[in-house]
Amino acid sequence: MNFTLKVWRQKDAKSKGHFETYKIENISPDTSFLEMMDILNEQLIREGNVPVAVNKGCHGSGPVAFDHDCREGICGMCSLYINGRAHGPDEEITTCQLHMRKFKDGETITIEPWRSAGFPIIKDLVVNRGAFDEILQAGGFISVNAGSAQDANAIPIPKKDADESMDAASCVGCGACVATCKNGSAMLFVSARVSSLALLPQGKIEGARRAKAMVAKMDELGFGACTNTQACQMECPKGVTVSHIARLNREFLCAKLKD
Amino acid sequence: MDDKLISKVPEGPLAEKWTKHKAAIRVVSPANKRKLEIIVVGTGLGGASAAASLGELGYNVKIFCISDSPRRAHSIAAQGGINAAKNYQNDNDSIYRLFYDTIKGGDYRSREANVYRLAEVSNLIIDQCVAQGVPFARDYGGLLDNRSFGGAQVSRTFYARGQTGQQLLLGAYASLNRQIAKGSVKSYPRHEMLDLVMIDGEAKGIIARNLVTGEIERHGAHAVVIATGGYGNVFFLSTNAMNSNGSAAWQCYKKGAYFANPCFAQIHPTCIPVHGDQQSKLTLMSESLRNDGRIWVPKKMEDVMALRSGAKKASQIPEEDRDYYLERRYPAFGNLVPRDVASRAAKERCDAGYGVNGTGLAVFLDFSTAIKRLGKDVITARYGNLFQMYEKITAVNPYEEPMMIYPAIHYTMGGIWVDYNLQTTIPGLYAIGEANFSDHGGNRLGASALMQGLADGYFILPYTIGDYLSHKIQVPKTDTSHPAFDEAEKAVKEKINYFLNLKGTQPVDYYHKKLGLIMWDYVGMAREKAGLEKAIVEIKALKEEFLKNVYVPGENAEFNQELEKAIRLADYFEIGDLMARDALNREESCGGHFRVEMQTEEGETKRDDVNFLYVSAWEYKGEEAPVLHKEDLNFEFVKPSTRNYKD
Repeated sequence: MNFTLKVWRQKDAKSKGHFETYKIENISPDTSFLEMMDILNEQLIREGNVPVAVNKGCHGSGPVAFDHDCREGICGMCSLYINGRAHGPDEEITTCQLHMRKFKDGETITIEPWRSAGFPIIKDLVVNRGAFDEILQAGGFISVNAGSAQDANAIPIPKKDADESMDAASCVGCGACVATCKNGSAMLFVSARVSSLALLPQGKIEGARRAKAMVAKMDELGFGACTNTQACQMECPKGVTVSHIARLNREFLCAKLKD
Repeated sequence: MDDKLISKVPEGPLAEKWTKHKAAIRVVSPANKRKLEIIVVGTGLGGASAAASLGELGYNVKIFCISDSPRRAHSIAAQGGINAAKNYQNDNDSIYRLFYDTIKGGDYRSREANVYRLAEVSNLIIDQCVAQGVPFARDYGGLLDNRSFGGAQVSRTFYARGQTGQQLLLGAYASLNRQIAKGSVKSYPRHEMLDLVMIDGEAKGIIARNLVTGEIERHGAHAVVIATGGYGNVFFLSTNAMNSNGSAAWQCYKKGAYFANPCFAQIHPTCIPVHGDQQSKLTLMSESLRNDGRIWVPKKMEDVMALRSGAKKASQIPEEDRDYYLERRYPAFGNLVPRDVASRAAKERCDAGYGVNGTGLAVFLDFSTAIKRLGKDVITARYGNLFQMYEKITAVNPYEEPMMIYPAIHYTMGGIWVDYNLQTTIPGLYAIGEANFSDHGGNRLGASALMQGLADGYFILPYTIGDYLSHKIQVPKTDTSHPAFDEAEKAVKEKINYFLNLKGTQPVDYYHKKLGLIMWDYVGMAREKAGLEKAIVEIKALKEEFLKNVYVPGENAEFNQELEKAIRLADYFEIGDLMARDALNREESCGGHFRVEMQTEEGETKRDDVNFLYVSAWEYKGEEAPVLHKEDLNFEFVKPSTRNYKD
């Protein structure tokens, strides 16, 4: 298969970015999207960027930087806005699980980084998602030191609650929800953690403090407000739903009422 | 025995060793802990749990990871589960049975005392994780559920769907975040350790590169913990994450830490087969699938040909024409034999010509029997996300047609040599999790890597490191202007400049793929003398070409992924060389290490306990060949015997 790629290039956080266009040929339909990016980069390195770049004056910008690691859809490292959709044109997958058979031969594919004030660009398609760590540091944990736990079966938890907690906990922290949201809101991410812990008896003790602290940190870091467009759940690679946002709102309001 | 290879295994009955040891080692008072600094490199299950626990104790911890967040570490990709000897299923499990299965599964090439301790603390791990809010699978009564894994006849594996590693890591990461918020742990994401700094023979710090700015940083400490995982990516195609690498551990080796059992690498039987030469990695399908999946190839060659040409589908081959070769060869364990056994059996069938895909390198993993017995809904509940992952990658629906699988490199049992305290041969340098060698011998059982990472990090290292640090309470903070830091920093900068100035013609991956092929062909599932000797020669030649002709674009003072890869690949050549040397030296077959010359008439591994009942620990000698030291393995409590999974 052959493709035309329009790729966002940006030297660093301070520089101005632009699109460059590349041609790429002989790609197997079984190749993954990131493997296709590897092939592009190999060409860019080997051919000094000249023959594959279509528009003039963009020589020498080197291989395209993009985040990736496990390549099996679980680490949350890969990102990419592909043809206007987070993680590209397929449901419930991360970019590394997207395969070229999902595209038409000869298609032009536009590739951009996550676009959000909360995720400043580091280079090309790589963004800084450190804000997610900061939000979790504000309260996304249960305060238990190693060695102080009781027997695991001492706290029975209804299967339904454990399963729902697991649904929320499957969030990989990729940031697709933020990138997709027109407000740049991190509510789906925050709610996944709050909801996962709020469903468990162990997590209830700090529930009020957690909800307030994480929401305050999210606001402080410049993420937008939720206006219930539900775009986030459409693009979540793990199928985390907005019902967790409802639970977060409930946790948050109850906590605030007690203040 | 070498005077550096003192295992420090305490005397006494097996079940009392750890308790007695804990009572004997020294502790550090809270007031003194505040004065001590510890560097932890790596944030997987081992590193994150260790850093969090050390922070809870009151030490000053710095933690480094190459990803944008500690949560990305490759522990996250572990699917199936974590073992513990809880005996919640009342199936006669016990600490002893978990110990015995693990030491037998490792083909009697691990230390009894270490393995027993691992089994002993396994139950605490489950308690800890539940307290952290890890949503393990539960039964309708609200209690924890278990499943079975290879190499065991009991159900002792705790799991969270097919995402157990993710959930355990998020638990450890949450504890780590709590310490970061408190200020006891300082986090350095997107930082890569490029050298170990030693002063007066002790580990005193690291040189790290800030991967965003390229800045070379100095970090001092009273002790350094390596938790950077394994070196399976030497094969290029593996189930490891793309950025997982052996370089931090390798710098320790080059600074004098002995490297143990490098040839013990695990080849996982259930991975999605290679599809072509544009492939970057291999995807694992969880071992848990072997609970309900049956592995087979056709009995008749004409069916094999029909499958390859597309004339027939697997579902059209009748039951009597299928060879369920694991059930046939190993009736007692069937599809749940350990990984090394299952991998070799798949290779045996494919070598005999029965591989079921176009490349001839695949076997079937079939769920039709289980779907008939349990219904589709039950199978979906158990493995839904794995089936979805398989379909996304292969465009085949595994509910209708069996999965195709083939073995792939997955885990390295070898690693930095450590004593019972998890200290390396360098005082003040510790290695935990997959980065060390200690608990899995020649083969790791499924669901035991998560157990070991968390055992080391939550419950072993926090105790044993105190014994060393109790002697350092008067020692001031490490001065990073010491000449040892100057020297290490200079060497790192020279290495970086070498690559950037080379301006060759080929990209890094070109050489990495070539190295991977050499490794797979000669140091993979079947190894023999001539092939291993050839590998050593070919690796050397390829490395020379790489050092002359690689092209690393860009500069140091920027986010430069090609530079990162080049630095790591330089080490992979040396790791591959040591793996081949170790495999050449070990003239026996045991666990994942299969020497073609050493096999039984039925093609099973033939161990040699007379000549090879030892841990091989290699010492770096610069340009000269590495020197082999041996730690004899003492089996006081179990008698090494031929592994039998047949009856």
